[in-house]
Amino acid sequence: MSRHIWDFHGGIHPPENKKQSSETSIRWAGLPERLVVPVQQHIGAPAKPCVNVGDRVLKGQTLAEAAGFVSLPVHAPTSGTVAAIELRPIQHPSGMDALCVEITPDGQDEWIEHQGVSDYTALDKKAVLNRIREAGIAGMGGAGFPSVVKLGVKPDQKIKTLILNAVECEPYITADDRLMRERADEIVQGLQIVAWLIEPEEILIGIEDNKPHAIAAMQKATAGTQCEVVVVPTKYPSGGEKQLIHLLTGKEVRSGGIPADVGVVCHNTGTAYAIKRAIIDGEPLISRITTLTGDCVAEKGNYEVLMGTPVGWLLQQAGVKATDLHRLIMGGPMMGFAVHNMAVPVVKTTNCLLVPNTREFPDPVPEQPCIRCGSCAQVCPVNLLPQQLYWFAKTKEFDKAAHFNLADCIECGACSYVCPSNIPLVQYYRFAKGEIRTQQQEQAKADHARQRFEARQARLAREEEEKERKRQERAKAAAAKQAEKKAAPTAKAAPTTAADTADGADALAKLQTAAASTMKRYKEAQKALLTAEKNGSEHLEALQKKVEQLKAKADAAKEAFTTAKNAQGQTADAKPKPAAASKDDPFAALKQASAEDFAAYKEAEKALAAAEASGAEDVVALQQRVAELKTRSDASKAAMKEARAREKEQIQAKNAAADPVKAAKLEVAKQQVLLKKATKALQAAKDSDAGADDALEANVKAAEQALEAAEHALKKIEEEQA
Amino acid sequence: MEFLFDNFTALGALTAIALGFGALLGFAAVKFKVEGNPIVEQIDALLPQTQCGQCGHPGCRPYAEGLADGEEINKCVPGGEDTIRALADLLGRDFVPLDEEHGETPESKMVAVIREAECIGCTKCLQACPMDAILGAAKQMHTVIAEECTGCDLCVEPCPVDCIDMVPVATTLQTWHWAAPKGIGNRPGELIPVRNIA
Repeated sequence: MSRHIWDFHGGIHPPENKKQSSETSIRWAGLPERLVVPVQQHIGAPAKPCVNVGDRVLKGQTLAEAAGFVSLPVHAPTSGTVAAIELRPIQHPSGMDALCVEITPDGQDEWIEHQGVSDYTALDKKAVLNRIREAGIAGMGGAGFPSVVKLGVKPDQKIKTLILNAVECEPYITADDRLMRERADEIVQGLQIVAWLIEPEEILIGIEDNKPHAIAAMQKATAGTQCEVVVVPTKYPSGGEKQLIHLLTGKEVRSGGIPADVGVVCHNTGTAYAIKRAIIDGEPLISRITTLTGDCVAEKGNYEVLMGTPVGWLLQQAGVKATDLHRLIMGGPMMGFAVHNMAVPVVKTTNCLLVPNTREFPDPVPEQPCIRCGSCAQVCPVNLLPQQLYWFAKTKEFDKAAHFNLADCIECGACSYVCPSNIPLVQYYRFAKGEIRTQQQEQAKADHARQRFEARQARLAREEEEKERKRQERAKAAAAKQAEKKAAPTAKAAPTTAADTADGADALAKLQTAAASTMKRYKEAQKALLTAEKNGSEHLEALQKKVEQLKAKADAAKEAFTTAKNAQGQTADAKPKPAAASKDDPFAALKQASAEDFAAYKEAEKALAAAEASGAEDVVALQQRVAELKTRSDASKAAMKEARAREKEQIQAKNAAADPVKAAKLEVAKQQVLLKKATKALQAAKDSDAGADDALEANVKAAEQALEAAEHALKKIEEEQA
Repeated sequence: MEFLFDNFTALGALTAIALGFGALLGFAAVKFKVEGNPIVEQIDALLPQTQCGQCGHPGCRPYAEGLADGEEINKCVPGGEDTIRALADLLGRDFVPLDEEHGETPESKMVAVIREAECIGCTKCLQACPMDAILGAAKQMHTVIAEECTGCDLCVEPCPVDCIDMVPVATTLQTWHWAAPKGIGNRPGELIPVRNIA
C-alpha cells in the first residue's frame, strides 16, 4: 500500500555524510572518572538539587527534583559519591556556566531499587505519566521539551495522529538510525505506551528513504501492530516537527500553534525508546545514544553515553587526538553549536558530537553583500522571506522583522546553506529573535514598573491627605480646648462672687494668695527683664510685654482682693452688732474683748509716755500696768486667733462634708503651698551659705509627704465619686 | 411672489439642516468628550518607566506629556536609541541622536546594590526610590529588590554613607541571546550552520 506523501516548500539536499558512523553497531562509551550532571538538560525551569556534597548516590537515584510543571528531575548515571554541586560549563552556545552535580563513580554501578511494569495497561494513565515525568524524559531530538507535557492530552482535545519522528534528516547524525536497526522492538514498545496514553486513530513512523536498514527493522518490529512505517523522501529539513506533520498528514500547524491544535502529537525515536525503558524496565533517563563523527574521530560510530560524561573524555575514548582538534560541534552541522570547553558534559539532547578536520570543514569565507538573488526564499521550508528578514535584522528594525513572521523561523539553516554571499543568515535571525525577546521582557518590566510607580504615587497622595486631615483635626481640638479654657474662669468666678459669707473669708484668702503670687511673678519677670537688659538679650521686647501683662494681672488681682476685703469688712462690721447683742457668738465677744484690751494697753502706754515725759513719780507703777495690759491684750489676741482658726476649721469641715472633692483639692493646694514654702526656706538657707539645715530638709520632706497624701486622698475621692 | 416663496423654502430647509447637524455635533462633543490627550498614553507605553528624571521631568509620564506638546524626542537616557526610534515612528518625526546633555546610555542595564555591612538604616534611599524597590526600616539594614529595580540611579545620591553601587545586570542563561554577526567582510567564524560541507 502506498500512502500519499505531501511535500513542503523548499528544503535542501546537503551531502549526507552518514555512512561514516552508521555502519558500526552501538558501543558502550564506558565510565569516566567523573560525571558532571547539569540540573537543567531540558526546556523549562532548572531542577532543584536534592543531594548533598559527600552523599553516596546509587545509579538511577534522583539528584535534583523537578521545580514546576515544565521541569524535569535528573538522575545519577552511576553509583558513586557527590563530589561537588557548583557552577560548571554546560552545553550552551553562550559558553556560560550553570549548576551541575559532579559525581565521582565508585565503579560498582550499583542500581537503586527499581521496578518496571510489563503490563502498564493495568495502571492508571496518570500513574504512567507520572513515571515518565519521574524518569526525567525530555524530547531527545534536540530541543529537550519535557515529553510528559506533550503526553498529557487535554480532555477536550482529540489526537488523531501519533507520529514517531525517525527522519533524522541532518547530515552526519545516525543515532536514531542505529537505534532503530538494533532496538526496533523496544522503540515500538515505547511507541505503544505513548499510543495507549493518547489514544490516536493512527500511528505513523516517518523515516527517510536513505535508511533502508532502519526501515526494514522497523517494519519487522511493527508487523502485526497498529503502527505504520511511512517512508519519506530524503530532504533537509523534513525532520522538523511541523515539516514532518505536513509531509505525513498535509496539515499545517498555524503560526505560534502546537501540533496538538491539528490533532497530531509527534515524538522522537530516542524518546520512545526512553519511555519504554522508563515504564517496562523502570529505568530513568541516564544514558543516550550519541553519534561521534567527523574526520578527526578515529572510531566513528554511535556510542551509548552516560549523561554527564565530559566530551573531552568521550572524544579521547573515540580516538580523537587533542592536536587534531580543529572545531567541535555539539549537534549536527546545520543546527548545532560550537563547543570550546572540553569539560562540557553530554546531556539528554546531545545527539551528535562532530569533530571535523580543516579539510572537511574549512574556515568559512567572508560575508559578502546580499545580491537579492532570492535563493534563500526558494529553500525556506516555512515560506518566509529570508532576505527581507536579513535586512530588518541588520538594520535592527525588529518590529518589521516580527511582522514578517520571524518567530516562525525554525533556524534550520537552509537559507545560509544556499546563500551565494556566505551570509550567516541564521545568526542574524537568532540575534533578532533574542533582541525581540529582550524587548518584550523589558516592555513587560516597564509596564510592571509603571504600575508600581503609580501605586506609589497613589500611596504618597493618600498619606499626605491623611496627614493633612489629622493636622486639621488637631487644630480643631486645640481651638475647642482654648475656648473651654476661656469659658472656665468666668464660670469659676461666678460661684466665688455668689459665695456666702461663710466662704467669704476663704475666698478672700484665696484672692490674697492669688494677688501675692501674681505680684511675685511680676517681680520675677521684672528682675528677668533687668538682667536681660543688662546682658543685652534679644528677647527684651517679649520680656517687656510679659512684664506689662503680669503687672496688669497683678493689679487686677490686688484690686479684686481689696474689693473683696472691703466687702468682707462691711459684712464683718455689720456682723458684730447682732453678735455682740446676742452674745451668742463667742468669736465676736473675744474679738471685742481683745480690741478693748488692746485699746486699754495703748492708752496705758500713752499715759506712761506722758508720765515719763513729765517726769512723774508713778512711772514704775505705770510701767507695771502697761506690761500687765500688754500680756492681757496678747492673751486676748491669741484667744481670738485660736477661735478664728477653730471657726475656719469648722467651716472647712462643713465644706468638706458638702463637697469632699473641693476640700481635698484645697488640702492639696495648701500642702503645695507649704511644700513650696519649705523648699524656699531650704533654698534660702543654702543660698545664704548657712548650709543645708537638717531640720529644714526634714520639713521639706514632711511637706512632700503631706502633699502626696493629700493628692492621694483627692484621687480616692474623685474615683469614688466617678 | 412664488419665486420668493421657493427661495424661503430652500433657505429654511438649509437652516434646519445646519441647526440639526450643529446640535448633533454639539451633543457628540459633550457626550463623547475624550479626557486628556490619548497620544500621551501611547508615548508613555514606549518610555522605559525608570522614572529617573534624567530628561528633566519628574517621571516618565510628565515627559510623555511634554512630548505630546512638541518637546524633543531625544531626552530619554535609559531608553536610548531604540526608544528615540520608536518615538520618532509614533510621532512622525525624524530620528535625532540622544542629547548628550542628559547623560549617556549605559552599556547594559544597571541595578542598585546596597553594601549591606555599611548601611546605617537612614531610610533616605527608601524615600528616593520611585519603584518602592528598596526594603528596610529605620535603623535596620536596607536591601534592593533587584527584580523591581529599574536602575534609575536616584537612590545613590541621597545615601549619606555612599553604600549604594550601580552594577550592570549580569547575563544569565535565561537572558542570554546570540550577538549580531560582525557583518559584511568578516568571516562568520565558528557560527553554525556550516555551509561548506564537503
